[in-house]
Amino acid sequence: MIAHALLFGFGCFGAGLLLNLYRLAKGPSIADRVLALDTMVINGISLLILYGISSDAAVYFEAALLFAMVGFISTVAYCRFVLRGDIIE
Amino acid sequence: MDFLIELLISTLIVVGGIFGLVGSFGLAKLPDLMTRLHAPTKATTLGVGAVLIASMAHVLWDEGRLSLHELLITLFLFLTAPITANFIAKLYLHTEPNLAAKLPSATTEYGWANFDPPPRSGDDEPDSLTGPRRGD
Repeated sequence: MIAHALLFGFGCFGAGLLLNLYRLAKGPSIADRVLALDTMVINGISLLILYGISSDAAVYFEAALLFAMVGFISTVAYCRFVLRGDIIE
Repeated sequence: MDFLIELLISTLIVVGGIFGLVGSFGLAKLPDLMTRLHAPTKATTLGVGAVLIASMAHVLWDEGRLSLHELLITLFLFLTAPITANFIAKLYLHTEPNLAAKLPSATTEYGWANFDPPPRSGDDEPDSLTGPRRGD
């Protein structure tokens, strides 16, 4: 039963990634693209955790934690760069 | 008992998947950025939360130990999601052309945050913290 649920979860988050990719390509403003990238990172974290459940390995949780941190930092850095033209003033 | 735990884990994964898909669908479907901002920041965080709880329950059931990595990820995501949303909303307010002209005039003396200068007082915040003036 868990295997079927995992398959469903992979399908949902994979479709979510495709929808985010559509928004990333279409825009129209730069804020939409930043938001699409941020949501892609969150969907990627979910996929990593589901893969960790299906393969019974603890490594993927560390990877997901790193992914969450890098995603947050990059979103904030991108927003600051567009707003101020500089990241650390 | 095993069946019930499996059912719990499967339900959490399915609910998380549906929430994640709804959030991403809202991002692709909704008409402008302020509505788009609201879909993924709430729904996707709930989706990731459900998947993380499923993962904790799976490790507890499978190996009999309490896994705390997932709580760390959940805490980090719950702390950072509103900050990210705030930054993106600020980006929208400052980069969208003619946004100030579309607003109705404010009824109080304070005006709109980000678009009108704040009222003066002796120990107010410095000028560098105020946003662009309306009409600049």
